[in-house]
Amino acid sequence: MAIQIEVNGRRHSVDVDPAQPLLSVLRNELALTGTKYGCGEGQCGACTVLLGDTPVHACVTPVSSAAGKPITTIEGLERNGRLHPLQQAFIDEGALQCGYCTPGMIMAGVALLSANPAPTPGEIGRAMEGNVCRCGTYPRIVAAVQRAAKGAEVSEKEERP
Amino acid sequence: MRDTSTSNDLPRRGQSVADEHARADGSAGSLPRDEASREITLHDGSSRTTRREFLKVLGGGLVVVLVTRDAFAAPAMRLQPGGAPAPLGDTGSESVAEQIAAWLHIDGDGAVTVYTGKVEFGQGIRTSLAQQVAEELRVPLHSVKLVMGDTELTPFDMGTFGSRSTPQMGTKLRQVSAAARERLVALAAERWGLDGSTLTAAGGRVSDTRTKRSLGYGELTAGRRLAETVRDDVRLTPPERWAVAGTSAPIVGARDVVTGTHEYTSDMHLPGMLHAKVLRPPSIGATLASLDDRDARAMAGVVVTRDGDFVGIAAPKLADAARAVAALRARWTPATGPQPSSNDIYDYLKQTKPKNDEDGEGWRRAEPFVVGDPNAALAAAPHKLGRSYRVAYIAHVPLEPRAAVAKWSREGGREKLTVWTGTQRPFAVRDDLAEQLGLRQEDVRVIVADTGSGYGGKHTGEAALEAARIARAAGRPVKLAWTREEEFRWAYFRPAGVIDVGAGVNSDGTITAWTFDNYNSGSAAIRPLYSIANQRVEYHPSESPLRQGSYRALAATANHFAREMHIDELAELVRMDPLEFRLRNLRDDRLRAVLQAAAERFGWERSTGPTRASSTSRRRGIGIAGGFEKGGYVATCAEVDVSGDDVRVVRAVTAFDCGAVVNPDGLRNQISGALIQGIGGALFEAIEFDHGVIRNAHLADYRVPRFSDTPSIDVVLVDRKDQPSFGAGEAPIMAIAPAIGAAIARATGVRVRSMPMVPEMRKQKAESRKR
Repeated sequence: MAIQIEVNGRRHSVDVDPAQPLLSVLRNELALTGTKYGCGEGQCGACTVLLGDTPVHACVTPVSSAAGKPITTIEGLERNGRLHPLQQAFIDEGALQCGYCTPGMIMAGVALLSANPAPTPGEIGRAMEGNVCRCGTYPRIVAAVQRAAKGAEVSEKEERP
Repeated sequence: MRDTSTSNDLPRRGQSVADEHARADGSAGSLPRDEASREITLHDGSSRTTRREFLKVLGGGLVVVLVTRDAFAAPAMRLQPGGAPAPLGDTGSESVAEQIAAWLHIDGDGAVTVYTGKVEFGQGIRTSLAQQVAEELRVPLHSVKLVMGDTELTPFDMGTFGSRSTPQMGTKLRQVSAAARERLVALAAERWGLDGSTLTAAGGRVSDTRTKRSLGYGELTAGRRLAETVRDDVRLTPPERWAVAGTSAPIVGARDVVTGTHEYTSDMHLPGMLHAKVLRPPSIGATLASLDDRDARAMAGVVVTRDGDFVGIAAPKLADAARAVAALRARWTPATGPQPSSNDIYDYLKQTKPKNDEDGEGWRRAEPFVVGDPNAALAAAPHKLGRSYRVAYIAHVPLEPRAAVAKWSREGGREKLTVWTGTQRPFAVRDDLAEQLGLRQEDVRVIVADTGSGYGGKHTGEAALEAARIARAAGRPVKLAWTREEEFRWAYFRPAGVIDVGAGVNSDGTITAWTFDNYNSGSAAIRPLYSIANQRVEYHPSESPLRQGSYRALAATANHFAREMHIDELAELVRMDPLEFRLRNLRDDRLRAVLQAAAERFGWERSTGPTRASSTSRRRGIGIAGGFEKGGYVATCAEVDVSGDDVRVVRAVTAFDCGAVVNPDGLRNQISGALIQGIGGALFEAIEFDHGVIRNAHLADYRVPRFSDTPSIDVVLVDRKDQPSFGAGEAPIMAIAPAIGAAIARATGVRVRSMPMVPEMRKQKAESRKR
């Protein structure tokens, strides 16, 4: 059965079982492998993508339930060769080790920042509790989210007349 | 087999083995390429085809090959305490007295490519090794590229473990880079007809300080193919003069990670590739009695292969492979013999001798370390304390589960296998694949992409072998990516263990007697750095019911937990502050220094006893612990908040000394990460099992540290530029558990002597309530 989904602004028609997890459709049908498999049970957050503005675990999201909503993956954050401020903040803070959790962390962080532009460290931790970094870079991830939030604040001020 | 016949007449440093000048048309010069590769092959001894291939890939420019006497070419697993014998690849045959340690290539454009068998698993070695190359070669960091962990392109390497990349590979790459720089200076001197004394190398160029003329490295080699073998007696830049090494260079490859474009093994795709699944037994050690695979075979495009107990499936779609494996009807015969559970494992480990203790596997047997007369000293001591400590099996939980892509091809009438897989020991996996599949070593190539972590949990190549078998049967390339559940059930664990400690102390706080018996968990860092006149320290191997193996810092975490918890309790016994007590018994300056540095930053409050149980249910306490392993001195202070039956680490300071620091920011990242990972094993991680079945093989049931478990962390780097650089991936994990244990004791008066401590504390509290 063909299912229509929109990923990173592009429409795709995929012929898969409607119950198939969005994660495997992204990775195996659309070759968008930036979204990672970590547990397959919605426990680690490595597969976090945005449905609209909402972060979801793609590994437990049936592809059929993602139809009709814009899906954003890690591949969709860069704009004209310019990294999303949170991607840049992860680089600037050195907020990664093996990097396998990073795409999911960034997507969860992007969702948080769109809901809460200036989160406290506590709010960041609570919002991202479902994302595991086994290398333990949590403090740097918190710092990266805060750096991106501050950067957004600064550029907003700069833009004001 | 490696050919060592020419090892006695190696060329000296500075003696070129091939030096050719280009013809006017720029093509290969008077020495045919095969000649050049043959010369290099002489001193390597491994696959000739491979080296020829290697030089073909490189083309023109300068190749510098470092040949070294490598003490660590000894069999790898002999250095690995604890754990079952390595299930893959005995690398004992690799103990060659002299071997190629590293090589690098500078092309006509000045781009530097370094080849090393080490692999990047998140420890940051791709960055820190490149810094060391850039430092000695005097080139910008961005012009250095590392080719890592490819058995066809990189020199043999034992594996990436034991915190050896920095002290050994780092040194080798510095040597080969320094030698290359000297050679480039010599080339410039030759070109300009100078003696070289006025020449300097900087920014990828050799300049003449008198005439101000300069030539880029690429220009110096352009049009020529130079190959040189050098020895390791080259002079290195001392750390005090480092400009690139010793700085917080940003993580190489970070952009690819944050954009999701870095390709992990599990992200790979090859044309015509199938997805694979493996049929797993219901319990450990079960054997396949019968298999009905008719339904699976009837599915379109599905390939089923069976070899003994191994049953593999391949299908064009992953979902079809999963359906096919579910359609297999298998009958299994459970393993016979004792099936201890996680509840009775400690008695079992203490009472069971390893089956193969007497069959010549010498590394499993361990002679006790004895000084003085520990029994007499213990008997005479005015204060005595005997305690038993336990550590549970824990899982590595690398966020990228095991994965492999296998591709078979035919070359020159022979089967050739290429496997991409995330293993810490690519060459050992290559050898094992060759042996298991009946191939010659040179017909197997293992390539390791930068991998989604390992922590000692990926020394092996299970997925590689499974993928190779299935790909052979399917006649197509296959990808096999383990599920999280498979990773929990079929990988290996950090060993569980029991550690019995006895000690005698004088009233002035001098430890006079020390006995330490470790059952099964391992012998890493088993001996104390404390100056104790009478000691017996012994490791007792056991027979593990679960598959066990390496883990970050091996048994050093367990041994430090037991030792430092015991030290803390001894201090309390003689009413001394635990820091003061340690310093009294410690002569090692570097360990003393990190203890003092951590205490100072933390604001250590002197104490001579536990906080007595207060009326409030919420209590805070602080603890300190320290130790040494693999060249790293570590001390950690921790503050815990005990609320009811819950423990939270609210604040931690770790001071660390691993000699001259190569990348301070990368080092802080490792230390902080190790500390957080250590909190999991200290407080709540444990594998539960019975009857050969892992009962918590899911992340929902096996708790790992998350954001909410993260304390406020402060890292103090003790940068010893006067000391050689050592690794830092492991040692920083050792001190957090005993620091937490001491803090819990201070907060509650309860001594929790088992890791993980939270369930044990609950048990002790429940028992005390019953009484």
